[in-house]
Amino acid sequence: MTRRRGGIDASLLLVAPLVLFLLVVFALPVSGLLRLAFTETAVAHALPRTVVALRSWNGLGPPDDATFAALAVDLAAGRGEPALAAAASRLNQDTAGMRTVLMSTARSLANTLLDGPAAEGSATRSVLAADPLWGQAETWGAIRRTSGPLSDTELLAALDLRRDARGMIAAVDPERAIYRRVFLRTLATAALVTALSLALGYPLAALLARVPARLASWLALLVLLPLWTGVLVRTAAWMALLARNGPINQTLLALGLFATPREFLFTRFAVVLAMLHILLPYMILPLYAVMRRIPDDQLRAAAGLGAGPARVFWRVWLPQTAPGIGAGALMVFIQALGFYVTPALLGGGADQMLPWFIGYAANQSGEWGLAAALSLILLGIVGVLAAVWTRIARLSPARPA
Amino acid sequence: MIRRIILAVGVLGFALGCILPVLALARNLTIVSWGGAYQDALRQVYFQPFTAATGIPIAEDSWTGGIGVLRTKVQAGDNPWDLVQVESEELQLGCEEGLFEKIDWNAIGGKDHYLPQGVHDCGVGVIQYNFVLAWDKDKFQGQPTWVDFWDVAKYPGKRGLRRGVKMNLEFALMADGVAPQDVYKVLRSEDGVNRAFVKLDQLKPYLVWWELSPQAAQLLGSGEVLMTSSVHGRIIAVDRSEHRNFGIRWAGSLYTVDSWAIMKGSPNRALALKFLDFAGNPAVEAKMMPILPYGGLAKGANDNLPPDLLAVSPTNPQNLSQSLEIDDQFWRDNLDKLTQRFNAWIAK
Repeated sequence: MTRRRGGIDASLLLVAPLVLFLLVVFALPVSGLLRLAFTETAVAHALPRTVVALRSWNGLGPPDDATFAALAVDLAAGRGEPALAAAASRLNQDTAGMRTVLMSTARSLANTLLDGPAAEGSATRSVLAADPLWGQAETWGAIRRTSGPLSDTELLAALDLRRDARGMIAAVDPERAIYRRVFLRTLATAALVTALSLALGYPLAALLARVPARLASWLALLVLLPLWTGVLVRTAAWMALLARNGPINQTLLALGLFATPREFLFTRFAVVLAMLHILLPYMILPLYAVMRRIPDDQLRAAAGLGAGPARVFWRVWLPQTAPGIGAGALMVFIQALGFYVTPALLGGGADQMLPWFIGYAANQSGEWGLAAALSLILLGIVGVLAAVWTRIARLSPARPA
Repeated sequence: MIRRIILAVGVLGFALGCILPVLALARNLTIVSWGGAYQDALRQVYFQPFTAATGIPIAEDSWTGGIGVLRTKVQAGDNPWDLVQVESEELQLGCEEGLFEKIDWNAIGGKDHYLPQGVHDCGVGVIQYNFVLAWDKDKFQGQPTWVDFWDVAKYPGKRGLRRGVKMNLEFALMADGVAPQDVYKVLRSEDGVNRAFVKLDQLKPYLVWWELSPQAAQLLGSGEVLMTSSVHGRIIAVDRSEHRNFGIRWAGSLYTVDSWAIMKGSPNRALALKFLDFAGNPAVEAKMMPILPYGGLAKGANDNLPPDLLAVSPTNPQNLSQSLEIDDQFWRDNLDKLTQRFNAWIAK
């Protein structure tokens, strides 16, 4: 017993470098990024006094003079500091125009030096003189909404939800709703690609498993060959093939099938076609692995006992390939969920999948919180799928060795 | 004799050893631009002639933009950049946030030396470029307008637009009959934004989106689209290098200006101003046009251009008077919200 435990400890030591590596380059940065989905620091960092003063505000009309004074002090301290600019950017994402309100108020307050003993209401007057928008509850509401430290704003936004002025969860305007549709589209596209790759891959894998070994290895090479070419290269090749003046259109025109070139590029068809091409090997290989291990004797025995070909397939062949179907489908589906470059290059505006929107939020609009929230939800979906699959795999009867 | 030579060499070596580290401390004037063919042109037109004329060496770097990069540089202290080419949005934000030095206009010939769109508290215009309607003259005879761009019934074929809300709302309003000078007035109302989106929606099934400016020329060149919006220079460059028959239309185009900005706290401020003074010479700026058709902002930069180059210069008064400057103030406030709406619209 002790020896056995000692053996396990030693093997743990052997994987320790890998665990450390994963922790440092994967788990820590990813969790740090995902934390952005529900933390909110920019505004509280730049306007600490205002955020505290706003806690006692009732949300109706402008707050008291002390809050205006706190804002004036915060703006004076933060003027020209990057922290204030970051807060202005964050507020502008919440409410259009807040960037200018904040920055111009900071600028004009600095010009009208507050000197002498502050009279009651003087802070309110000078801030309102800088920008009358400070007289509206909405302006202060934006600061309170983004004051953190924890916030569900981004997670709600990733589901097309927001908090209204009273703090209740409500749907965003229909014209700004986007992500639920994108989630559905991403799942539907991935499911379609998985179904098609199963339909195409299953017979091919069966063929590979049944032909003589020499031929099988050549055919397997043809399946593997695309795997050794980059995704970007294969996508670019599809771009050339499907172009308006590309070989496919030229052929169709030459055969007289169409009078004018078809629009293949920038459609869902092009996206699904290229994804199918890229992901097909991930379906074929696990199927081939399980099919090759099904002994011919079993099929012959079943046939010898009077089962017709269909019965042999349903009762003997198919159940034994189930683990391969599960593994292949899971691999294709999860990879398809993460496809970025193929839809970006071959799809139109309405064909983009979730990764495009994550990339857009992170790289172009600078909304890291939103990018993290979207990633978190996608990660959740993948996690649930993986859990369901392992559960099913465990429930399925163990195959004879 | 030999001993004296050895001594002299030794003394010289010692002196050099003392001086070189001091020289290395005072770093060269470091200028940062967009890299690639564009920066090659800058080097040929501005950097090398400046060094030849003044003996002041220039070090170069390149970047791809983004206010965050500038913030980090200034925050980190010990900023290696002196003079940076920035887009108008970065210029405004950076000036507001104190990332740039104020320009001493008296040291570089005064504000009147430049066209008004090249003058800013924190920046001196480098180039102007326009977002134009571009088409292939082999496939479309005549001069299409934004109205024609939207008229897919009369002129069947796909249309290319930049994937983003900025500029497309402006073009849509012009196609809807709004005069260019009224575009931003209309856009500042909710109704105006709705009107632009309704117009864009009409064209939606026919739209192909590009993200980087080479893609626009590529879509046009391959015949994937009949017309596209594009940066004017990219279309002209492809037109020249691949001997195409592309047309661009200045009327109804939108323009913006890139500027030189001096980074806050730069130890080479004086040298940077000296460079800006040199670069603001209209005769120098005019040398850019034969290489890349991005117009300079100094008055008189178009004066001695041959007709074919004058025709493609954005600052040629004839072209300029038909173009509309992108309203940075409008976009600074509204880009976030309108981008959300645009992304939701495009994803439907």
